[in-house]
Amino acid sequence: MTAIKDWSGEVLRAEEGSLYPALHRMEEAGWIRAEWIVKDTGRRARLYEMTAAGKKQLDVEESRWQAVTSAVNRVLRTA
Amino acid sequence: MSLRSRIVNALRADRLNREIDDEVRSHFEEAIERGRDPAEARRAFGSALRYSEESRDVRLIAWLDSLRADAIFGWRQLMKRKATSAAAILSLALAIGACTGAFRLIDALLLRPLPVADPQHLYALSRSGIGFDGKPATFDGWAYPSFRLMRAAVNDQAELMAVSYAQRMDLTYKSDQEMERAEVQYVSGWMFGTFGLRPAVGRLLTENDDLKPRAHPYAVLSYDYWTRRFGRDPSIVGRKFRMGDDIYQIVGVGPQAFTGTETGTVTDVFVPTMMHPAVVHDDWTWHRTLVRLKPRVDREPLRAKLDATSRAFEEERAKGFTGMSKQDIEKFLDQKLVLQPAAAGASGLQSDYRVSLVALGVLVALVLLIACANVANLMSAQAASRAREMALRVSIGAGRWRLVQLVLVESAWLALLAGALGAVFAWWSAPFVVGMINPPDNPARLNLPADWRVLGFGLALTLVVMLSFGLTPALRASAVKPASALKGGEDPHTRRRMMHALIAAQVAFCFLVLFVAGLFAATFERLSNRPIGFAADRLLIVETVAARDEAPVAWDQVAEHLRGVHGVRSVALAGWPLLGGNTRNGFISVNGAPPGPDLAYFLPVSPGWMDAMKIPFTEGEDFRPNDTSPGVAIINETFVKQFFKGENPIGKSFEKVGDIRCRVVGVVRDAPYRSMREPILPSAYVPIHSIDAKGALQPIHDATFMVRTSNANPMALASVLRREIPRARPEFRVSNIRTQADLVRAQTLRERLLAMLGLFFAGVALLLAGIGLYGVLDYSVLQRRREIGIRMAIGAPTGSIARLVTVEVFSMVLAGAIAGVALGMASVRYIEALLYQVKAGDPAMLALPSLTILAAALLAALPAVVHAVRIDPAAMLRAE
Repeated sequence: MTAIKDWSGEVLRAEEGSLYPALHRMEEAGWIRAEWIVKDTGRRARLYEMTAAGKKQLDVEESRWQAVTSAVNRVLRTA
Repeated sequence: MSLRSRIVNALRADRLNREIDDEVRSHFEEAIERGRDPAEARRAFGSALRYSEESRDVRLIAWLDSLRADAIFGWRQLMKRKATSAAAILSLALAIGACTGAFRLIDALLLRPLPVADPQHLYALSRSGIGFDGKPATFDGWAYPSFRLMRAAVNDQAELMAVSYAQRMDLTYKSDQEMERAEVQYVSGWMFGTFGLRPAVGRLLTENDDLKPRAHPYAVLSYDYWTRRFGRDPSIVGRKFRMGDDIYQIVGVGPQAFTGTETGTVTDVFVPTMMHPAVVHDDWTWHRTLVRLKPRVDREPLRAKLDATSRAFEEERAKGFTGMSKQDIEKFLDQKLVLQPAAAGASGLQSDYRVSLVALGVLVALVLLIACANVANLMSAQAASRAREMALRVSIGAGRWRLVQLVLVESAWLALLAGALGAVFAWWSAPFVVGMINPPDNPARLNLPADWRVLGFGLALTLVVMLSFGLTPALRASAVKPASALKGGEDPHTRRRMMHALIAAQVAFCFLVLFVAGLFAATFERLSNRPIGFAADRLLIVETVAARDEAPVAWDQVAEHLRGVHGVRSVALAGWPLLGGNTRNGFISVNGAPPGPDLAYFLPVSPGWMDAMKIPFTEGEDFRPNDTSPGVAIINETFVKQFFKGENPIGKSFEKVGDIRCRVVGVVRDAPYRSMREPILPSAYVPIHSIDAKGALQPIHDATFMVRTSNANPMALASVLRREIPRARPEFRVSNIRTQADLVRAQTLRERLLAMLGLFFAGVALLLAGIGLYGVLDYSVLQRRREIGIRMAIGAPTGSIARLVTVEVFSMVLAGAIAGVALGMASVRYIEALLYQVKAGDPAMLALPSLTILAAALLAALPAVVHAVRIDPAAMLRAE
């Protein structure tokens, strides 16, 4: 979340907790998979990893996003 | 994958919760590890509770989770009141089981289509007209020559098939001494093809196997018989057996599902109609006629065509009738041909038991309704005591549907447990009832599969039951108004009104069940106590067959030999036993006068038969050993009344029209000939030794020895007699041994079954209604204990308290009883055919159930009244 905030120049902000329902939704959709690991410090953590289906989905979403933004841009420019 | 994991998660919600919590916790631990301020991290996270709940809903099916929670909660509620729940479940289980059992029977006998192609286009032909007794009657028997004409007449519209009544016949695969019995049906060869049946082994009969009389000694075994008798030996094809005078060859085995068209009997052996001795006789009706309509054929024109053909045949035949008046011939011809649907087969068992089974079905359905009303009242009372809980749930935001679900799930538990137990009961009870339908030596065999039809019925019934007692309390509970409920001040009377209406309904149904059961019991009682005119105990019926026709003197020798057997008191010979189903009849003419419309019944007997049967003489004497028929006769009192106008008939003569002339030598007391249910028939006994026109004695092929034993258990002698008869004359053998007592009992089997089951369910209904009454009274006392306490405190006497508690409920009992009487009087005409000398309007028949219900109601009210008058006003008022 901090990373998103930083990268977006503080334009995109969200509560950190909202990450988890989103992750779980993607997990249910099969785009990511999760497992519990034990870190060197002995602490348990849940590690998420993108699946092949997830990568494909990301490509689809990205190109759709590109198409939408470029369309919006074009409209804005001509107006 | 996703759906599955969500279902799994819903069933393991605890684990899911833990996992989500763990993840959130690890988030914070990591934040702290990285040196963030715990408070800041919490703030940045947002509402942990909201996000975990959101995650949860993503990862499971929410409604399934709530259902699971409610199921657990409902189960705990049931377990909290074990005794009440068990009583509710048991009563429902008994009722559901009985209903499902009744459905199994009704389905198997009356509804289930035969496993043949297009059963819905199958009909059975019968004729309805006026019987010889002057009452409307339906006959489904046909003569083959008439069948043949009808088949040709409608050849292009329908296929007609002749199917004989299934008959237990003697046949042997080895020597004559190893005869066995099998259910045999003579069927049209083309029946199998028309039904679209395929053989399991070998081939089935075809039209070519059914062309010329006695020319086609081929047989097809049923799959059931092949399995039972031959262990599915595939080399059965080609084996031979002897039946009567013909050697038959087995050509194949029918398909597994097909057990014949006579529902209630499993046919063992099918042979072509052409092998039946009656196939050329136009006055011998021995088979049913089945019709398979071709597509797009209308029934009515077809029926009219068949009717015309049949009538033309009978008119032609009536030309040969002698001695019958014109009117009688007109009456005989005045019959209408009817097409009756036969998708479920056609059998005597169906017509005998149709009304009985439906009546029983209605009785058990009423019991189920009574049980449902009980549970509904129980659920209502519980919902009332949980009003505050419900109000609390609504206050903290539970939706209306959520509350309905909560209460319905509890009902579902009751219904499901009851349904499961009921299934066990139905599984056991249906075959038990079938086992009681026919006499033990000829049991009815009904295919009772537990398939989707039965399962579907059971499930649907359970669902309906659940909704019927669960929905109203559930809706009521969900409609709770938190403000008033939490204050504890809702109107208690609405709930009581519903309970009281249910009590009235219960009493009405209970009365109906008791009333009908009482009618059945009285019928059975009157029928079995009817004087039969002979002594049926210690009497063995030994049906005997000779290899070839034997001279009467040979039969006398066998009888003489049997008289010497130890334990035999007397022996006589008869054509057939009384009440065994065989009849011979004719019109009677006295002094050459034209015969009346009434038939007299004849039975050939030897001298000493009256003595063996213990039928006393009122006039005249027994036959002498050398008496023959035609010549002399002994007649019963009804015969004297009917044909001799009550005058002394000794020495007078009568004629059996177109047959024999007899001089009366004796008069005996009445005894039933054919059935216990009908009035005594005019009967004439003639000598079993008969002579032809030239005076030569006629040989006898089969006859029945009536053996009176000294032992109270006549069957103990059966094996001895089986051995002794061939020892006396090796060409004789016993084909069947029964007791006369069994035949008498067989006359009342249906009545016994109805009386027994009726009384059983009457007891159950009474018990349930009593429990229901007790429950409602007790509840109302509990609810009004404050009021009662106050009344007692200001000095109300015990009597008025008792009246206060019971008056409302007893007026409901009264209303219910009145409704029950009306229902009973209205319904009795549907079961009139099942009753014997019992009138529905009989005061005793109405008084008995009324008094029983009243007594049960008083008994049920007692604990509540005691409870009410023992309320301690001081304690009650202090508790407020």
